[in-house]
Amino acid sequence: MLHVVPIFCGDRSDVLGPLAQRIAATFELDVEHRAPAFDPEVAFDASRGQYDSRVLLQHLRDTTPREATRVLGVASVDLFIPVLTYVFGEAELDGRSALISSFRLDNELYGLEPDPQLMFERLVKEAMHELGHTFALLHCRRSDCVMSSSTYVEGIDLKPDRFCDRCLRALRRKLGNSKIGRRR
Amino acid sequence: MTERRPSILIVDDEFSIRDSLTHWFRADGFDAVAAEDAQAALRAIGVRSFDVALVDIRMPGMDGVELQQRLQTAAPEMAVIMMTAFASVDTAVLTLKRGAFDYVTKPVDPDELGHLVQRALEQRRLREENVRLKGTIDELVDADPIVGDSEPMHRVLELVRSVAATDTTVLIRGESGTGKELIARAIHALSPRRYFPLVPVNCGGLPGTLLESELFGHERGAFTGARERRNGRIEMADGGTLFLDEVGTIDAKMQVDLLRVLETKEFTRVGGNRPIKSDFRVICATNEDLERAVAEGRLREDFYYRINVVTIVAPPLRERPSDIPLLVEHFVRKFARQMDKRITGVSDEAMEVLLRWRWPGNVRELSNAIERAMVVGKPPLIQPDDLPVNHVAAPAHAPGSGSAPGAAPAGSANDSLADVERRHIAAVLERTGWNITRAAQILEVDRVTVYNKIKKYGLQRS
Repeated sequence: MLHVVPIFCGDRSDVLGPLAQRIAATFELDVEHRAPAFDPEVAFDASRGQYDSRVLLQHLRDTTPREATRVLGVASVDLFIPVLTYVFGEAELDGRSALISSFRLDNELYGLEPDPQLMFERLVKEAMHELGHTFALLHCRRSDCVMSSSTYVEGIDLKPDRFCDRCLRALRRKLGNSKIGRRR
Repeated sequence: MTERRPSILIVDDEFSIRDSLTHWFRADGFDAVAAEDAQAALRAIGVRSFDVALVDIRMPGMDGVELQQRLQTAAPEMAVIMMTAFASVDTAVLTLKRGAFDYVTKPVDPDELGHLVQRALEQRRLREENVRLKGTIDELVDADPIVGDSEPMHRVLELVRSVAATDTTVLIRGESGTGKELIARAIHALSPRRYFPLVPVNCGGLPGTLLESELFGHERGAFTGARERRNGRIEMADGGTLFLDEVGTIDAKMQVDLLRVLETKEFTRVGGNRPIKSDFRVICATNEDLERAVAEGRLREDFYYRINVVTIVAPPLRERPSDIPLLVEHFVRKFARQMDKRITGVSDEAMEVLLRWRWPGNVRELSNAIERAMVVGKPPLIQPDDLPVNHVAAPAHAPGSGSAPGAAPAGSANDSLADVERRHIAAVLERTGWNITRAAQILEVDRVTVYNKIKKYGLQRS
């Protein structure tokens, strides 16, 4: 069971349904939508005007019921970890919680025409990537794998929304499900 | 030969920075270790190595500037990247002048940090590759090919080709100077491990404790004078071949340690406790009678069987006299090039002298004789007078007649001091039945000296 938790999603909440569908199909998990059981404002850092993703992750993990094997927070605010200027998302490696943000996936941030479809595809890839970390997958050196590292938004566009064979095998082993990835 | 994960040491007194960086790098496939202060960082590099260190400049106690100096002294191969706030950029620049790889200003753009660390890893990889390639070039320039068209050499080369493709341990036996290392190099060069180093270790030249440190490496502070961590020869041979020359001289304790390493391919550095894996093939060489060494209790039986899997015997030069002209031609060409001399060969008379000598020191002695002749000789051909006096004066004899130098006729007033010494040592060895300890007592020297003299004069049991 995967819980999807919106965090300050506001007018972006329309993407949650299609996103959950794609994620459910990819990982073959049942998905349940749930409102956050904590005040996300606790993660706000006034000096940076951003939200500390580690704090949000910790709250996601601590407030998610045990029956959920994974929880994915979907935010529309700018995330950071203390030493970095920003992150697209973060996850507990081989853990339960993952978090992504649409803030830096939006063309408008870079002075370009809005492209909702492109942003959605970026969001899907980021969700697959961060959830991949919760299944113990590390960054992949293959550029044709969604687990390859992206530190700038165009990098996300370059990689596909699928796992390479090696990562897929590791994912299947971890989930004990050899059918994952066959339907695509 | 498995791909090694890159490693990074993160040094910052702020937990949130340490923690977030550690997670970030672990997700990127790094072996990431965090240290909360300079002391913890120095302790960490004392027990293991890292490819890169990320060091915060402002820390209580020893600051990042001093730590950078100490890290680079203790682990010069590690790239150190400084982390700084805007206010301390000047200090960061100072560390660059002192050898830091680069600096980043906190908070850092993830793209910039990722690229910077990758550049540091790439530079380190290129530096290591450069050292390895230089070593390979040196070996290629210096290396002698195996020269010979005789039946015994054909048999050797056939064996070399058949064992090269395998990972079998090879024992090369033969008298001093017969080219055992060349055979080892040929096996390595024809093996799938040829793109990795061949690491030779002369076990005979090192006492036990030094050999241990040479083979296994040591951690910083493992013993007096160990100011830096040093990788051992076994670690350097990862992916390649470890060549243990004079393997019969290894002491009993080292035989036990080596036996374990040869079986598990795992070891710890002297003064360390972290097991290190190394994937290497072993080739050993000896001019000793190993069976006798086992019988006398100097060589462990299990060690003997471990190294004696496939044996190649390097034939003495007296058993392949037909190769002498080929070898002479090879050495003349080699030294002419090195010395820039226009000598093109040897005269018939000189060749006659060379063919008559029984070459107790084998190919090495022949090489030395030609080198000397090239120094004193004049173009275009080497003459008998250019050759060492004892060679010219030698009586004709059938090659392989078996008369050891020690059994040479009694000396005359024309003999050099070296001739007298050689004859005397040979006589003592014969008298004691080649009991090295007894011979050393009679000669009033230590055993190592006796071994060295045997090697120097190419003495052998008759």
